[in-house]
Amino acid sequence: MSEPSPKDPALAEDADSEPRPGRVRKPIGWSTIIIAALVAVSAGLVWRRDGADGVLDILTHDLSLFGGILPRVLAGCLLGAFISEILPHEKVSRALGPKSGLKGLLIGTAFGAILPGGPFTAYPVASALLAVGADFGATIAMVVSWTLIGYGRAVAWEIPIMGTDFTLWRIVISLPLPVLAGALGRFVYVRLFIRSLP
Amino acid sequence: MSAALLIDILLWGSVFGVGLIAFRRGPSVFKASLREGSMDFINIVPRIALGVIGSGYIAAIIPQEVISGWLGPDSGWLGVATAVIAGAATPGGPVIGFSIGTVALKSGGGVPQVVAYVVAWALFAFQRVILWEIPFMPARFVWFRCAVSLPFPFVAAAIAMVIGKP
Repeated sequence: MSEPSPKDPALAEDADSEPRPGRVRKPIGWSTIIIAALVAVSAGLVWRRDGADGVLDILTHDLSLFGGILPRVLAGCLLGAFISEILPHEKVSRALGPKSGLKGLLIGTAFGAILPGGPFTAYPVASALLAVGADFGATIAMVVSWTLIGYGRAVAWEIPIMGTDFTLWRIVISLPLPVLAGALGRFVYVRLFIRSLP
Repeated sequence: MSAALLIDILLWGSVFGVGLIAFRRGPSVFKASLREGSMDFINIVPRIALGVIGSGYIAAIIPQEVISGWLGPDSGWLGVATAVIAGAATPGGPVIGFSIGTVALKSGGGVPQVVAYVVAWALFAFQRVILWEIPFMPARFVWFRCAVSLPFPFVAAAIAMVIGKP
């Protein structure tokens, strides 16, 4: 099995149609504008209900939350940057790319399940994987696996609140879902965004 | 809190580990990724700020009682569908999400419906999507991921119906 050459038509097309997501970000997109509008309306409703004190209470509470989160966000960003630097692009696109098959979805699932930390690690790392050649399918498998069968939230929150029996049972039920979600994602993506494959 | 401390140790330990690997590839590789990570951080801070402060206000106008009211002992697929919407609309962090699930279980909610609620909350809780997923991931990916995940709370409920209670 030889190394896939950079001139491989499928890879080249992928590179052309995908402007390396994740690394290049617009500062303000539609999502940000919609969220800002939603926040403004909600803050207005809180102001009408609770007055300026209510608005200030939430603001001070959330600002202290924000301060606590910031170091973890920095750690997540650094983790994502280092991972995208040390993972070889070719190997990632072979292991997790559009042609990686069931194995790629399983690797994504396993990776999501063992990833330490919370959302401040999962999303920067997922974004880094996208940037170094993982496809939407494998990345969806990773994100869904992190959220449904990752041990972090289960150990810290779900077992203490919902009980061990329910949590383990819920995780067993969720086991097939990341691979299924990734497969569905890949299936839809190919038909939706890549129309003209030779 | 010890769980938070453990998370921080694991997190910074991982950063240190991959940083070391990058450093072994050469100081220039290390410096480049350090700069890239810091730039990502600086770019993302305004959006995280909007997410943290914003979701506080959104959570304040969607009170918890409204959500738990939707999770009555309504069985069947209509109950599952309601549970999915409730999971997506649940404000706040994991404590609130799982507490609502526990209350629903104890007050006679169906097990498949509670499973659908917990899975939907894990997949779509609006606060996590707004606060974490959209700032870090390409928006196109986030919408696509949410759309593709839509059937799976229902799949989980179906599996729960087939294999029975815990």
